[in-house]
Amino acid sequence: MTSVPTEKATQVRVAPRVQAVQRRSWIPKRWYAHVILWIACFLIGFPLIYAIIASTQNNAMIFSYRFTPGPYLARNWELAIVNRNLGNYMLNSTIVAVAVTVGKTVLSLLAGLAFVYFRFPGKWLVFGFVLLTLMMPTEILVVALFRLVINLGWGNTYLALIVPFLASATGAFLFRQHFSNIPAELSEAAQLDGATPLQFLWKVLVPLSWNTIGALAVIQFVYVWNMYLWPALIIQGQERQVVQLGLRTLMSDDVMTSYGPLMLGAVIASIPPVIVFLLLQKQFMSGFQLTRDK
Amino acid sequence: MSGLVPVLIIVLAAIFGAVYMANVFRRYRRNIAVGGLVGAASATAGALLVMLPLNFCTFEPERQTIDRVFGFLLLAIGVGLVLWPVNWFIRQRFEGNPLFATQTQPGAFKGWLTPALLLLPTLAILAIFLYYPIFDTFSLSVLLARLGARRSVFVCVDNFTSLVTDPSYHNTVIITLFISFAIVIIGLALGLLVASMAYQPITGARIYRTLLIWPYAISPAVAGVIFLLLFNPAGGFINYVLSNTFGFSVPWLQDPTAARWAIIATSVWKSMGFNILFYIAGLQNVPNDLKESAAIDGANALQRFWYVTFPLLSPITFFLIITNMTYAFFETFATIDNLTRGGPLNATTTMMYRIYQIGFVNQDLGKAAAQSIVLFVMVIGLTVLQFRSTGSRVTYGA
Repeated sequence: MTSVPTEKATQVRVAPRVQAVQRRSWIPKRWYAHVILWIACFLIGFPLIYAIIASTQNNAMIFSYRFTPGPYLARNWELAIVNRNLGNYMLNSTIVAVAVTVGKTVLSLLAGLAFVYFRFPGKWLVFGFVLLTLMMPTEILVVALFRLVINLGWGNTYLALIVPFLASATGAFLFRQHFSNIPAELSEAAQLDGATPLQFLWKVLVPLSWNTIGALAVIQFVYVWNMYLWPALIIQGQERQVVQLGLRTLMSDDVMTSYGPLMLGAVIASIPPVIVFLLLQKQFMSGFQLTRDK
Repeated sequence: MSGLVPVLIIVLAAIFGAVYMANVFRRYRRNIAVGGLVGAASATAGALLVMLPLNFCTFEPERQTIDRVFGFLLLAIGVGLVLWPVNWFIRQRFEGNPLFATQTQPGAFKGWLTPALLLLPTLAILAIFLYYPIFDTFSLSVLLARLGARRSVFVCVDNFTSLVTDPSYHNTVIITLFISFAIVIIGLALGLLVASMAYQPITGARIYRTLLIWPYAISPAVAGVIFLLLFNPAGGFINYVLSNTFGFSVPWLQDPTAARWAIIATSVWKSMGFNILFYIAGLQNVPNDLKESAAIDGANALQRFWYVTFPLLSPITFFLIITNMTYAFFETFATIDNLTRGGPLNATTTMMYRIYQIGFVNQDLGKAAAQSIVLFVMVIGLTVLQFRSTGSRVTYGA
């Protein structure tokens, strides 16, 4: 007899709790989510904002912590761009990053086409050969790669910065994965129409692959633009050096670095990869299947 | 070295490989003899891969115990290096993994010349600029070779065994692991916290997400340059805030411990965007009905997170651990080179930074190659872990 009221009490208690949970997950969550997100956005954004402000100031202003833009942007610009030739470094970085991004995308498309739309003996072995390179970061090979590239006579050339990075397992796999999700009827129809594999790639596959191409382009462009150790080793002069290393010329080992031009350089060096990333953000997310398919 | 010892060692490796692969074939109910043969062949190949360049020098009578122990370790690495991929591929094929199916789509083009031409550039570049340098790193690691010098001397495994007794190298390994673990733990915890706020369908979610993930595009070098100013011990902004609010300042780039934390903070900032990005994606894929039924069972928000959401995120967490570890091993180089240059007193000299110093500042290629191989073995360990988990599925989509 005593169990009946208890059961009733439980039932009575459960229903409002579910409501409370639902209410809790919508209304109160919003404000603390907003507070935490504001703080997070501020903390993540602060170093860059600080660098942008510092790039308009001189050392005296920077070290008196004024958070208003100063009058020294033109002077810092002249020092960084004109005197230290930052424009040349930017040009070198652009040439190398664009060449690798385009080249790697093309080679990866070709490899994906071969892996998905062809039958040939030993395919899984070739696939394994490509797959294994996933565990060989260039940094580990840097000593031997340096010897090889110097022996090829590529020291101080764009070739040294471009050719070794033109192929990668990541690219081949992204396209292989993407192509195998494309209906087989398309390739059958293309064959019936007498299309060559390259025509099929260009007219059918590429228009269906812009998301994957965009995702790969972002990764590659950012990766190559931000490369540091390899250009530091293989490029000796200033003529062919990339901007990541060019920033070093704005630092001085002795008494006091002039931080205004250095911060301006850091900001300018970050503009191309950030723009590429923001422009292709949607492709990046869906190419990696990071957004929900709806 | 000639005589019975090399033969014995090869036979030993072959027997191990034969037993191992025969067992794998038995489990999949395939021909045990074929498995034994494949295992023996791959183990022999692996043993020869490391021992031929060495000419079995670790087992010469005048060598010390440490060399012999190291010889067996190398033997194990060599056998594993060949046996593990062979084993992995064979099991994928036995299990019918579509990734390795020879038959592809029904509408496949025919002929072998076209695919060969299509793959030629990729395979050539991978062979010349990845496989050959790996091979060359192994052969360099047993030499006393200097940058630019024509002659080199064979020194057996001295470049490796000298690391075992070198306290400064131990220190480098400890620093690398400390910095790596700190970056992984702090970066993932903060990333998950922010992502669990940002994945919700709140007002301005897209703007928040963009403002949170853009540091992905910033380079580790630029991060180092910006934080060089922020951490400036004399007048940097961080010390300005610290001394005004707490009344003390930290000699960030002069004190060994503080310098390590400066590197960790910079790297966490830089890799935060990536962590948030992947956690947001992971959180969006957690089914709502699971959380709701947990809520009906009386679980509070924290319990729901810990017992429902977090376990479902484990593939993403695992993938992020691997990518953050790789970042900490290699990409931190540029941050360190701009912020501390490995100092003070080598306090921020990671394994990668040391390879650079030994190989290109001291110009000792043999030692640098040997240290590269130690790092290589660690990376292979990480990759094996990644392949064994669901991590690989996360990377390339389901």
